Amino acid sequence: MHVSGVQLFWFILIGLLWAGYFFLEGFDFGVGMLMPFVAKTDLERRALVNAIGPTWDGNEVWLIVAGGATFAAFPLWYSTMFSSFYLALFVLLVALIIRGVAFEYRGKGNSNNWKRNWDRVIFFGSLVPAFLWGVAFGDLIYGIPLNASGTFTGNFFDLLQPYALVTGLATTAVFLLHGALFLSLKLTGDLKDEVIKTLKKVAPVTTVVLLIFLAWTYFVARGDGHSGDVPGFIPVAAFLMVASVSWLAREKLFGWAFIFTGAAIVAITATIFMTLYPDVMMSSTATRYSLSIVRAASQPYTLHVMTVVALIFTPFVLAYQAWSYWIFRKRITLPTPDSSTNAEKDPT
Amino acid sequence: MDPIFGNLTLLLSRWQFATTTIYHFLFVPVTIGLSVLVAILQSAHLKTRDPRYERLVSFFGKLFLINFAIGVVTGIVQEFQFGMNWSQYSTFVGNIFGPPLAIEGLLAFFMESTFLGIWIFGKGRVSERIHLLSIWMASLGTVLSAAFILAANSWMQHPVGYSIDKATNQAIMTNFWAILTNPLFLVTLFHTLLAAAMTAAALMLGISFYQMKRSATKEVFALGARVALIVMFVSSLAMALDGHVQGQVMVKDQPMKMAAGEALYNTAKGASESILTIGNLKDKVIFQVGLPHVLSLLATDRWNGTVQGINQLQAKYEKEYGKGNYVPVVWLDYWSFRIMAGIGVAILALGAWGMYLMRKKRLDDSKWFRRAAIAAMPLPFIANTTGWIFQETGRQPWVVYGLLKTSQAVSHLSALDVGITLVGFTLLYGVLATVDLSLMFRYAKKEIQAIGESAEAGEPRHDEEEELGSLIY
Repeated sequence: MHVSGVQLFWFILIGLLWAGYFFLEGFDFGVGMLMPFVAKTDLERRALVNAIGPTWDGNEVWLIVAGGATFAAFPLWYSTMFSSFYLALFVLLVALIIRGVAFEYRGKGNSNNWKRNWDRVIFFGSLVPAFLWGVAFGDLIYGIPLNASGTFTGNFFDLLQPYALVTGLATTAVFLLHGALFLSLKLTGDLKDEVIKTLKKVAPVTTVVLLIFLAWTYFVARGDGHSGDVPGFIPVAAFLMVASVSWLAREKLFGWAFIFTGAAIVAITATIFMTLYPDVMMSSTATRYSLSIVRAASQPYTLHVMTVVALIFTPFVLAYQAWSYWIFRKRITLPTPDSSTNAEKDPT
Repeated sequence: MDPIFGNLTLLLSRWQFATTTIYHFLFVPVTIGLSVLVAILQSAHLKTRDPRYERLVSFFGKLFLINFAIGVVTGIVQEFQFGMNWSQYSTFVGNIFGPPLAIEGLLAFFMESTFLGIWIFGKGRVSERIHLLSIWMASLGTVLSAAFILAANSWMQHPVGYSIDKATNQAIMTNFWAILTNPLFLVTLFHTLLAAAMTAAALMLGISFYQMKRSATKEVFALGARVALIVMFVSSLAMALDGHVQGQVMVKDQPMKMAAGEALYNTAKGASESILTIGNLKDKVIFQVGLPHVLSLLATDRWNGTVQGINQLQAKYEKEYGKGNYVPVVWLDYWSFRIMAGIGVAILALGAWGMYLMRKKRLDDSKWFRRAAIAAMPLPFIANTTGWIFQETGRQPWVVYGLLKTSQAVSHLSALDVGITLVGFTLLYGVLATVDLSLMFRYAKKEIQAIGESAEAGEPRHDEEEELGSLIY
């Protein structure tokens, strides 16, 4: 059976939702991971949290919508993936929960201990999901033990296979760089300089990790059971964009560098989805047990209803989310003596 | 799969779902209700320019945010759990259950989170009108969210607009409009939103009365108490009427749930409504208080209407669906129903008492009403919980009424995995509850700045948040 137009539409749309999620929460994760390294004082850490404060929650909704859309459009994909990744998702949920609470609660207590503990929570709550989402998508492409009825027959440690771990490292590194670039656009003064110093160190490492991931993906995509349509241009573009960040940072073109890491995140997500097509989950037990788009999809009526709803409301959502970024476009300036000169500068 | 561990996986998964859902729903009604109350207070401030409203917005707005955080993060667990623990269920219902969930995210969660971000961080950066609009939009988001998730839940209670695909063994959507206009959905939505208003209003009333002991801000909280009292009274009154309609829908769609809720074992004409039973519900009744004919009257609008009993329904279902036990846990449903309804009546009485005192202009000084209002704060939380326990366990053994049993819905997981996550979630939620409650208590008791206080002191108040300008967190 061939993939129908509306099935393909939803496969692409879910890819876009994940891409949007990784683009937006990618820099949130990056900011959280950078916190212990760039922010020395409590005030500086507050500046970092507030840089993503107004928008992190909206960014996380992209994940909820991606999950809901998968449930609705590909019930079998949703149920197989979420039950197979059971313990990994539990760890991920715990991380997301404590991280979200930490943003809200760290400023509501006065003791240093209280704040230090929530800062630790923000760091780990950002690192763990950044890594585990990569692992999960690595597993989708590489394949996990699924039997004929689509039931996961492995255990938690089967998910931690080398390719998936490399994917996890790649997402972590890219999000770290993306977050650093976001902060370079949101901060001023010494704190901004500190972020830029760190990002110049992170950029070459990220480039190398991404290259390893993409090269390995090339071989995985040509392997057994995949359609063999190895996407060439898109992963190469992702690599080149990330590789150029070091140079762009030297030239102080941080706005461009941020757009490039963002575009690279979209391209990496596209690479993953194109490698998956026409399946949504690969079985490492036998390729014929892999879950195809056609088998996982909902019936046409459901997909049509969803399409109408998505086409009507998505423009509004995008418009008011963009508007909220516009409202909070101003940089965060800390009340230090030397910051007054840069205070009113708008982001590039 | 091991038959024993298969059952253990089911048992643990059910406990996990119950634990996480009940916990989640402790915060949700407060979030919905307080967002609307804060929006009302802020509108009143914009209209009257009374500074008391501004104080109330800032005070209750903070309490709202403390709750909102936990409601949001535990909500992600709710969505993920369907796939994680109930993969057979998700496969079966995805065509129908998935769309409301996806639409909830797209319509409600984006609206709620984005506009709340603007509300929290945008004060002073956006105009007053936009700031007010943002809290109303966030409230609308919470209401829409409740609507879509209840549409999904109501379909599980009373499936409509579907057919069964024999080849894939999946429920297929045939009429989306029918799902959105499911009568059971409409009454449940109304009931849930009223419960949210009542919960938040009771909380606001209790805290306002607690705060009124401080004379400097007494007039601020006296105003808050009045707003809360009116909302609580109106919502609890509307709820009593709505509960009656809901009961009638239930008798029609889920007669077994009604029979279990009433512990009515045998079909009866002119059945009496039991208020309280001591002893074994089934045969050894030691003491029972009942209102003759009232159950029939409530359920059917007729004095001698027939209400079906558990035994007759069990026999009927065995004929329809094959051998099996179709009776939910009767004592649980009987008592959870009574606790819920009892609290509803108590809150209504409290509201009526308060309204009477307000009319007599004795509201602010009644020691007994103050005590009652503070003591009543936890009651709506108990009512919300027992209400959902009744609604969800009364449907058992079905997860989708008449179509899929709970035992057929669970994922193929090891009991160990589910055990780990059950313990993990319980511990995590316990810690979060402790932190949240301690913050709530601290903020609820915190003394706010009295109107005109800072001006009298002559020097500007040292306010860290104002000093840092854009830093809110």
